[in-house]
Amino acid sequence: MTAVELTELEQDALTEVVNIGVSRAAASLRKMVGYQVLLSVPAVEIVTREKAGALLGERESSDLVAVRQSFSGAFSGRAMLIFPQENSLELARAVTGDELSDDDLADMEEEALAETGNVILNSCLATMANMLKRPLAMSIPTVTRGSGAALFHDDQLPDDEGLVLFLYINFSIRQRDLRGYIAMLMDMPSLHALKALLAEFIEQIVGDSDAGQH
Amino acid sequence: MPVTVLIVDDSKLARINAGKALTQLQPEWRRVEAGSAAEALEVLEREAVDVALVDFNMQDKDGLELAGELREAHPVMPIAIITANIQAEIISRARAINASFVAKPLTAEGLQGFISGALLRLRAKS
Repeated sequence: MTAVELTELEQDALTEVVNIGVSRAAASLRKMVGYQVLLSVPAVEIVTREKAGALLGERESSDLVAVRQSFSGAFSGRAMLIFPQENSLELARAVTGDELSDDDLADMEEEALAETGNVILNSCLATMANMLKRPLAMSIPTVTRGSGAALFHDDQLPDDEGLVLFLYINFSIRQRDLRGYIAMLMDMPSLHALKALLAEFIEQIVGDSDAGQH
Repeated sequence: MPVTVLIVDDSKLARINAGKALTQLQPEWRRVEAGSAAEALEVLEREAVDVALVDFNMQDKDGLELAGELREAHPVMPIAIITANIQAEIISRARAINASFVAKPLTAEGLQGFISGALLRLRAKS
């Protein structure tokens, strides 16, 4: 699993790109829910899917809900917005503005979650695409439920293959008692492609700066 | 005396980027960098700083908290909060301490307005 390792500066660049994407997403989510959205500083790790499931399991003991969106381009994979199952209805309630009856809300839940995931994941992916200067095509979001391990399982890959770029961002809405995480699953060729693009991105910033003054 | 600008960001790359944008606008300004709020406060104990560019989303103490402390100690220092997170609450907290907003990713164009304003304030002060 150590076949792709990011240098310190690549890790820094990825964290910064993700941070900008998620910050924009938080501003959009704030408009949707009407309350301030608090963000943690993102942590970025490349781990096996098994480890990613375990990491999530350590923090969240109950079942989880994930909004998944596939992306493809210079690098491909699947982005997920993950939150505890018990937050699911509350998040749907928050984004629909408290106006729906419980029955209507239950009908709308999946759609509201998909839309929220769409806003957040699109913002992250679009920021990555723009900053790394490679377009990414994104699929329509789908909602799935299950344990951390189940969310990271992929039928097309044996569990010991395929790495997860685990972006650990905790977002929370205090007034609503909501929290969630973002993760990206990529295979080895995509992680290599991402690493190359990060190196290019860094070169653009560092390459022609007046190094003498730092 | 050249103007000294403090760049606070936990991302090294973001600090390099900010330094580059600043050099395009004000090549003669002296730049000092800090990787955290704590480091920034150390710098301020050590030397005089005229202008501060502060990243918002940082571990331990966020940029607005740091800017609030800077503001208490330096009532007229031009301070910019650098963020892509433009939520109403964050904007109003920045306004409350009279700090400006500059969008991330930082570019010379994006920084221009703040720097022009800072120059005016520094001139008025001297």
